[in-house]
Amino acid sequence: MTRLTHLQRLEAEAIHIMREVAAEAEKPVMLYSVGKDSAVMLHLAQKAFYPSKPPFPLMHVDTTWKFGEMIAFRDEMAKKLDMELIVHINQEGVEQGIGPFSHGSALHTDVMKTQGLKQALDKYGFDAAFGGARRDEEKSRAKERIFSFRSEQHRWDPKNQRPEPWSIYNTRIQPGESIRVFPLSNWTELDIWQYIHLENIPIVPLYFAAPRPVVEREGTLIMVDDDRMPLDGETPVEKMVRFRTLGCYPLTGAVESSAATLPDIIQEMLLTTQSERQGRVIDHDSTASMEKKKQEGYF
Amino acid sequence: MSHKSDLIAEDINAYLKAHETKSLLRFITCGSVDDGKSTLIGRLLYESKMVFEDQLAALESDSQKVGTQGEGLDFALLVDGLAAEREQGITIDVAYRFFSTEGRKYIVADTPGHEQYTRNMATGASTADLAILMIDARKGVLTQTRRHSYIVNLLGVQNLVLAINKMDLVDYSEERYDEIVAEYKTFATEIGISDDRITPIPMSALVGDNITEKTDALSWYEGGTLMEHLETVRLSENKNTKPFRMPVQWVNRPNLDFRGFSGQVASGTLNVGDEIRALPSGKTSKVESIVFPVKIDGEDKLDQAVADQSVTITLEDEIDISRGDIICGKDHPAEAADQFRSTLLWMDEDEMLPGRTYLMKIGAKTVQATVAAPKHVVDINSLEKLAAPTLTLNAIGSCNLALDQNIAFDAYEDNRTTGGFILIDRMTNRTVALGFIEYALRRASNIHWQAMEVDEVARAEQKGQRPAVLWFTGLSGSGKSTIANALEKRLFAMGRHTMTLDGDNVRHGLNRDLGFTEADRVENIRRVSEVSQLMVEAGLITLVSFISPFRSERDMARERIGDGKFLEIFVDTPLSVAEDRDVKGLYKKARAGEIKNFTGIDSPYEAPENPEITINTVDQTPDEAAEIIVKYLTQRGFLSDWVI
Ligand SMILES: Nc1nc2c(ncn2[C@@H]2O[C@H](COP(=O)(O)OP(=O)(O)O)[C@@H](O)[C@H]2O)c(=O)[nH]1
Repeated sequence: MTRLTHLQRLEAEAIHIMREVAAEAEKPVMLYSVGKDSAVMLHLAQKAFYPSKPPFPLMHVDTTWKFGEMIAFRDEMAKKLDMELIVHINQEGVEQGIGPFSHGSALHTDVMKTQGLKQALDKYGFDAAFGGARRDEEKSRAKERIFSFRSEQHRWDPKNQRPEPWSIYNTRIQPGESIRVFPLSNWTELDIWQYIHLENIPIVPLYFAAPRPVVEREGTLIMVDDDRMPLDGETPVEKMVRFRTLGCYPLTGAVESSAATLPDIIQEMLLTTQSERQGRVIDHDSTASMEKKKQEGYF
Repeated sequence: MSHKSDLIAEDINAYLKAHETKSLLRFITCGSVDDGKSTLIGRLLYESKMVFEDQLAALESDSQKVGTQGEGLDFALLVDGLAAEREQGITIDVAYRFFSTEGRKYIVADTPGHEQYTRNMATGASTADLAILMIDARKGVLTQTRRHSYIVNLLGVQNLVLAINKMDLVDYSEERYDEIVAEYKTFATEIGISDDRITPIPMSALVGDNITEKTDALSWYEGGTLMEHLETVRLSENKNTKPFRMPVQWVNRPNLDFRGFSGQVASGTLNVGDEIRALPSGKTSKVESIVFPVKIDGEDKLDQAVADQSVTITLEDEIDISRGDIICGKDHPAEAADQFRSTLLWMDEDEMLPGRTYLMKIGAKTVQATVAAPKHVVDINSLEKLAAPTLTLNAIGSCNLALDQNIAFDAYEDNRTTGGFILIDRMTNRTVALGFIEYALRRASNIHWQAMEVDEVARAEQKGQRPAVLWFTGLSGSGKSTIANALEKRLFAMGRHTMTLDGDNVRHGLNRDLGFTEADRVENIRRVSEVSQLMVEAGLITLVSFISPFRSERDMARERIGDGKFLEIFVDTPLSVAEDRDVKGLYKKARAGEIKNFTGIDSPYEAPENPEITINTVDQTPDEAAEIIVKYLTQRGFLSDWVI
């Protein structure tokens, strides 16, 4: 081997980033959202520090509306890898009974996810948090740095981000400030899938097609994951579906598919005509929506 | 997202196999507003089918709303960024875009071209293998083209594509194309870009000529399309053939039996059994193993590590290596030093403060660095070197840095990773500069294989100053010696190394065989110039206080010592005032005919035409005069070196 392939380059870059954080941050954490990007990130962390274990815990901000299979998968992975897993739930939100059906997707996401994340970071005093976001996900992300700085109030100021020449990262922060670090910044959705395939990385079975009970709402197929889902005279039907992204089940659209293996999934993705975010109910408002969310501290 | 391959539908496994071996090409696009940069990138994304239908639908509707193409698709809208910029219709900052083809995956750094975004362009160029320089065929090579070329060349981008765009607006004229190419190449040669690094391509990003397809309109053009070039360009900077370098990021110590050094290989290759040298300590050992979990729960060792790979190395001997050190091949190690000449590109709103200590991060090492005032700054439009007291936002200049400890490094031109650094403000934590190491001023003494030259530069650096001759000229009694004396006291108090040559004193010793005839006066000055020159070589700031009435002698001294080091200070006191003062009673004697050839009385004084400094002693006290000179020296960087 003399020349690295593009996936090997991306892998080496992500490992480099993780090691920088491990060496320079006081209390880093890896945000583990249980999706495919998190799966890749976790896998890279195993490689980066081998034979040591990654020198940071995993943290999941649980909105309480995730797919049941995600939660099971999460716990299993943490156990298998013998890593500390912190699960944070916004108790205030729970007490107020916030949920996507009762309060709508925007409020639910804000309280349970955005506020929940801030609470968790404050509670444990983490100064650096790895996230699995990619620049190819959305136009406004294209300018996001790999190291993204947040004020004490967790606000993101697009005008005050640091230049990242070469592979040198300035990780210095004032007390109270924190950094979000995105080691997968330069990966595309296709890279993620190819890497999962090549490296045999375990992912939540929801990504693979299977018969699942769904109802159709405003053109989106929503899986009835538990009995909290209010059915308005609807009868769930079994369909062969899978998910391209995973989040709160009431906010995540399924696609009809028969792709049951990774090559099938990749094939379907390469031939599809819809971008990945299409399945996220939360995004449909406006193009600038992500940016607003980011300024508010949403990941 | 339909990649063009039929294989996807027919045999996905074969497709995946083929795509596993793709290489990565990073490039930057440089152009000013309206050259067609966004249109070009948008088209590359579109043509490589990286645009999904829902994005395309959005593009169609956006094109109708805010597009500039009437009913047509405005590709530029595919790549715009943050909401505020979008409203203004301009792109700022660095945006990264991705597309892939059959052979390669591409990461595009999209940066704006205005001078105020020089820092963004530099950041984008720092990781690029190739730069696309956009030229509007109607406008040809503009100042901005030169600026962009200078920046990407400074950052070490090897391959340059001259994208001569909007050919449709110049009737696809071959003549016009040739003219632009010729003009560009002449300029490029001047700044050290050889022809073989330049690939000119005529195109229309809007119409689609020569982007992915050759069209009849440009049938006279024999080269390939832009896409063909991107697909096939050899990534000439072959990092694997360079000496081995790996900055250590993290010491891997899971238990007492394992001690590994983790890092990303900056250049070269390393095999198990190779001899290494750790820097800056200089200690040597052998590679015991190269650890990398190729598969989790499986093979965890490599025989060889190559450039760009992130690995963990274990050694046969227990030598002390910590984060920030560099592991090198034993026989071609990096250098180690604590003082450098470097080029800085200033990135902060607050200007550089000469003499201030910043944090310097190079590789995985963070040290303290004190920056001296710039030797010069480069006007990136005219490419002229100018004097300047400091560096302001986007300025590029050459400065000395003094560190608080030795670091391992290579010159930036030899190695981007071990020669490139950032400076960080210790108070604000902002990244304030990009830096490129040119060479070490003083080599680390513990690195025995480097021979050290003791020369003028070395002596000066040891004293932490820039030697110079301050040549005071003026009538007898004008105040030369008094001012020189006041100045030397100040310099001495500032820790400078100085020496004064005073006319009267020198005439008592070295020149006691000389009189006041014209010939003797010339010889007097010649000897003094020679002695001053020796003092400069010794690294001293030398104050010369001589009447030196003749312009030609002073010019001779200037020539001997060298412009830039010779500062003529005209102590401008009118004869009447000097004669009035007559401290030594000499004027009285001269008037009485007791002294012959006395300057101002019966021998002429030729006032300097362009002295560096003029002192008016009628209105200024000697202390004020000394203050003016100190200020001058500080501003020109004679004193601010290394002052903390
Ligand atoms: N005729 C012609 N117009 C072009 C070409 N490339 C870009 N343009 C137009 O030039 C204008 C500026 O293009 P844009 O891509 O936004 O420029 P940028 O500011 O460099 O990103 C737009 O109106 C484009 O449609 C070209 O090759 N031919």
